[in-house]
Order: sequence, then C-alpha cells, then structure tokens
Amino acid sequence: MARWLRVLAAGAFTSVQDPGRAGWAHLGVPRAGWLAPGAARAANRLVGNPEEAAVLECLLGRLSVRAGAAMSVAVTGAACPLDVDGRPARWGEAVSVPSGAVITLGPVTSGVRAYLAVSGALAVEPVLGSRSTDTLSGLGPAPLRAGDVVPVGTAARPPNAGTVLPRAPLSPEWLRWSTGPRADWFAPGALELLGTAAYVVHPDSDRVALRLAGPALHRRADRSGELPSEGLVLGAVQVSADGQPLVFLRDHPTTGGYPVVGVVEPVDIELCAQLRPGDLVRFGRVRVPGRGRVRDRDRRLGG
Amino acid sequence: MSDAPARILPAGRESLLVEVASVEASLRLYAAARVADLPVTDLVPAARSVLFDGVTDLPGLRAWLARRPDAPPELDGGCGSAVGDRQAVIEVPTCYDGVDLLDIARAWDMTVAEVVATHTGVEHRVAFCGFVPGFAYCTGLPPGLRVARLPRPRPRVPAGSVAVAAEFTGVYPTASPGGWRLLGRTALVLWDATSPEQPATLVPGARVRFTAVGDVASR
Repeated sequence: MARWLRVLAAGAFTSVQDPGRAGWAHLGVPRAGWLAPGAARAANRLVGNPEEAAVLECLLGRLSVRAGAAMSVAVTGAACPLDVDGRPARWGEAVSVPSGAVITLGPVTSGVRAYLAVSGALAVEPVLGSRSTDTLSGLGPAPLRAGDVVPVGTAARPPNAGTVLPRAPLSPEWLRWSTGPRADWFAPGALELLGTAAYVVHPDSDRVALRLAGPALHRRADRSGELPSEGLVLGAVQVSADGQPLVFLRDHPTTGGYPVVGVVEPVDIELCAQLRPGDLVRFGRVRVPGRGRVRDRDRRLGG
Repeated sequence: MSDAPARILPAGRESLLVEVASVEASLRLYAAARVADLPVTDLVPAARSVLFDGVTDLPGLRAWLARRPDAPPELDGGCGSAVGDRQAVIEVPTCYDGVDLLDIARAWDMTVAEVVATHTGVEHRVAFCGFVPGFAYCTGLPPGLRVARLPRPRPRVPAGSVAVAAEFTGVYPTASPGGWRLLGRTALVLWDATSPEQPATLVPGARVRFTAVGDVASR
C-alpha cells in the first residue's frame, strides 16, 4: 500500500535533504545535503530510520503535511510548536500519527531549520545518489510546494523511545576555525580581528553561505591581484573584495576565486545552520592535528 | 618543462589544497591521484591547484604527495597525461554563429574565418570543471589568443553555447547567466543527471575537438 505525505503548506522554504552527493565536485556538482546533520540524524533515529534517510528540512517552520498512512514522525533542529490534527505533540520525540492526520510545525521560536523525519523515510527519486535539493545548481527534487505528494517508504524498524532537547542558542555563537589555504593573503591585523571581533549574520544568508557583516578583513598590500579559482571546502571562510567574510555551507560552489582565510570545524557547521540574521558570531582558532609543526607566524598569533 | 615544486596548503581538518604552477601540472596531479585511488571523497582540479577533500588520512596523503616523482618533461607541448592520452577525442559539432564572433576576431587580430579555423584546428583538453555541473574549462588555444569576459554577464546564455574567456573555451550545459564571449552553439548534450555512470560529457582530462557544422537544432 502506498505511503506518502501531502504538502498542505510549505512554509518559507522546505526541501528534501539527506547526507548529500559528495564525490562529484570534479564535475562542478555541489555536495548539498542537510545543513544540520546532528539534528537530522537524531530525527531519523527517533522514528527508527537508518540515520542517512531523507528528511524534510524546514526553514522557519509553518510546514503542514497530511500523512497518507499511519507513521511515526519526529521534529528536531530548530524549536517550534508541533501539533497533530490540532492537538499539541511533543517536539524531539517519536510521535505516532494515524493515516490521514495533519502534522503541523508552527513558527520556529529559536534557531532556523527544523527537521521532520517520518518512519520509512522520504522516497523521492535520487539524483547522483542523493535525494537532496541543491539550491545552487538546481539538482535534486524541487523545493516543496502546497499540493506536492512526497512518497514515503516502508518502516523497517519501530520508533525509539527517546528525547532530543532543543539547543539553546548562544549569543555570540562561537565558530571554531583552522588556518585556510590563503591565510597568508591577509594582513596580520586581519587575522587578529578574526579572533576578536564579533560579526553579524546578514539577511542574505542561505544554504549556500552564512554571510557576515563586520570589521573588514584586509589583505596584505602585495596581495591585491586575482586568485585563480580553486576548490572550496565546506566551512570555508571566504573574504570578498570588500573584506566581508562568509562561511560556505552545503550548497557552496565547487570552486571560488576569493581568498579563503580559514575553515570552520565540520562539527560547527551545525551551529551555522541555526543562525538567524542579526545573530552574532565570533571565531575561535584551533589547530588541526596531523598538520605538523605550527609555523612561527602562527605561533606569534597564538595559533 | 617539469613541474615546479608544489605548495601544500591547509584547508581544514579533512582537506589539503595543492598549488601547482600550471594547468598542465594540475591535470597531471589530478590524473595521478585518480589512478592512485586515494582515500579521498573529492578531487577538484582547477587552473593552478588540486583540492583533496574528504581525506580520511591527512598524514598518509601528505606522504603520498611527498613521494610523487617530478612529472616527466613535456613531449609534445600539450597537457599530456598517461591517463588522458589513451582517451578517445570527444567531438563537439559547433555552429560558429555566436554574437561575439567579431569581438573575438578583433581580440585575436584575425578574420572570423581564421577564428573558426584556429578554434577547430587545435585539440583542446578539459582542464577542470566548475561554475555549474558539466561546465568544462578547455585549454588548447595557442598562447596569446585570449579574450576578456564581458563587462557585465548576460542574464541568459542559451544552453549549448560555445564560448571563450581568458585562455579557455567552455560550453554552457544549460541556460544560465554568463559572461563569456559567444563563439557559437552545439546540440551536443553536456550534462545528464539521470546518467549514473557519467553524467557529464566533458570531464577533466578529456580530449576535445570542436568541428564546424552549418547549423544545429535549437535547445
């Protein structure tokens, strides 16, 4: 018997996401995938899915779907009210939902992206091995709209009795970073700024990048030329000509021509997923093991 | 011309960016890394670098990079790589009727006919991909034949457009904004995400020949 979710209201932006399609960057394909892997995987564990199962990533809530079969659902990530057929249900736990019930996420109260997992997992057609929507290249399923019907697989295991607690956001949020490939393009004062200044999340932030505004990070005087485009990594802190930094997120382009001063630690990308315009971030430098001796310049700067 | 010593740059906990001296050196390093089947998720060649991403053993990768012998001297002036030279040449049938043909001719100090003869007369090589899935940056034009990008990109360049910028030729796999100068258009499919084995027609290292045809079906 077919299982599905019918979208009644799609909220600001809701998309299907899974771990993404890494491995195709040599062809210009962004990795995509859920911005907050910890939250998404936790939602899957709650409903008894494999951790890599596709879920819905919902920007700012206000998502409403009708269950086409009895299923378990769980909401994690950004905190929001949850109800089933108008009755309050528990966020962060597996909730049993009868066939035909309407599941509604209210407006997000803290954070940005909520994750909805359903038992059996979303079963849209994968593209290049992933069911993720890529907002940069357009690969993968289109973002959800009211009226869409999303196929759901058969649940293999029962849900888990467990609770996920929402994470209270910090202000400022600290992002750990290590030296990037073009740190030497920047004046020493710039690297110190990165370690001491607070940056504000810009409204243009999206799945491609967390865009920040704050004290300009100036280049060294002898680094005014162009940089040939080079491969980018998740978490790359790229600085444009005006000295403003951004942190590349899951839908980042595969190459870029502006210098990357640092790279945010992989586990801190989860924090980036929940930062709103106006939130403050600060950067704390860490050393990556296995890179060998810290160079003298890094040592002087406390790296 | 042997490879200049490469610089190995940090790129976070799971990556290394290797800077090289030329497009040819980048392709050689990329080809060698592919053949070596390294524990790496992504290899991203670019004009002057190769990114190793999703590395599960950073010290091991550094050791592999240190062990790599210098590349052999160029034999034919092209960007030869042992892997690439055995590949078949991909033909891109092109109708040379691009709106920027005259600008390109001026920049190259040639007639339009000479531009077409030059472009079709060399074997191009895919140096790297980027910008959108399936967009390949091809080298192969004689040195000195370059043209600047448009001052402002066009909001929409038709799919299949064959274009040049700097020393590269590229083909737009889908309609998109674009700042490159348009030489012509091809009906060849450059990108098919439903083709799991090889979604892109032009991949790094591929040998490419542009051939002049009278007309192509619009896409």
